[in-house]
Amino acid sequence: MTVLLVFLGGAVGAPLRYLTDRAVQSRHQSLFPWGTLTVNLAGCLVLGGLTGAGAALPAPLFALLGTGFCGALTTYSTFGYETVRLAERRAYLAAVANVVVSLAAGFGGAVFGYEVVQALVS
Amino acid sequence: MPDEFGPGNPVPDPLPEAGQSSGEPIDPDVDLRDPVQRTELVRRHGPVLGAIALGGGLGAVARYGLARAVPAAPGGFPWATLLTNVAGCFLIGVLMVLVTEAWQAHRLVRPFLGVGILGGFTTFSTYVVETRGLLGPGSVPLAFGYLAGTLAAALLAVVLGHAVTRRAVLGRTEVAGR
Repeated sequence: MTVLLVFLGGAVGAPLRYLTDRAVQSRHQSLFPWGTLTVNLAGCLVLGGLTGAGAALPAPLFALLGTGFCGALTTYSTFGYETVRLAERRAYLAAVANVVVSLAAGFGGAVFGYEVVQALVS
Repeated sequence: MPDEFGPGNPVPDPLPEAGQSSGEPIDPDVDLRDPVQRTELVRRHGPVLGAIALGGGLGAVARYGLARAVPAAPGGFPWATLLTNVAGCFLIGVLMVLVTEAWQAHRLVRPFLGVGILGGFTTFSTYVVETRGLLGPGSVPLAFGYLAGTLAAALLAVVLGHAVTRRAVLGRTEVAGR
């Protein structure tokens, strides 16, 4: 049952990442991977919130939304690949900025989501 | 190269001919500078999105299985996520060389394997949220070690997967050219 929920969440999260990435890229022509940054930040915010709910969130719902959806919406392989490709093309500033902004904003988003939801449920 | 960076500074960036190593896109999920990828959703988007959804589901289940097999102790180091992300990064390095330089890949191969399976398998959100969870009085080095260790290992894995596969592909091309 849990496996099915994880599968369903992933089957929605991955195409949503692809569509978001396309939509963001069609508005920005730069080399900087804004599309991947967008989905990764959104996923950190949502997963932070889900974690902040703690025991108030039933385990099956966490499997569907957290493990499945947020896990597949966000991606490390694309983030890592893009960073390496930017460096290979000597866009060093963009490569470093991608890492720093992804980590700092992702962490900020996760903390924000966690604190807000925890304040709401407690 | 500051002029390559920033949304207010559009850079016309036509991709070089296929077969050159620089012909690989920046974004392995979808790169709209590639004319083929720009139009892959225009005619029939059902198969592309279906392949991504199936791959994403399978990748997420594989990640879940690995997390169950290597459970992290409360407050312990999240080895399963580290392994997932590093392995996924190695494999995307391999895959992108194969689909852009070695194979005449079917148009659903990159969406299914790259966007779907590897994208669904690896996770940025869990990595960040686990780092937040590791943070506590006295455990700052552990949290930072996980954050930086994953990053270093993952980037190295992309480079390694890339290099090994490129070497194999180029070696074969040289032999074929004789």
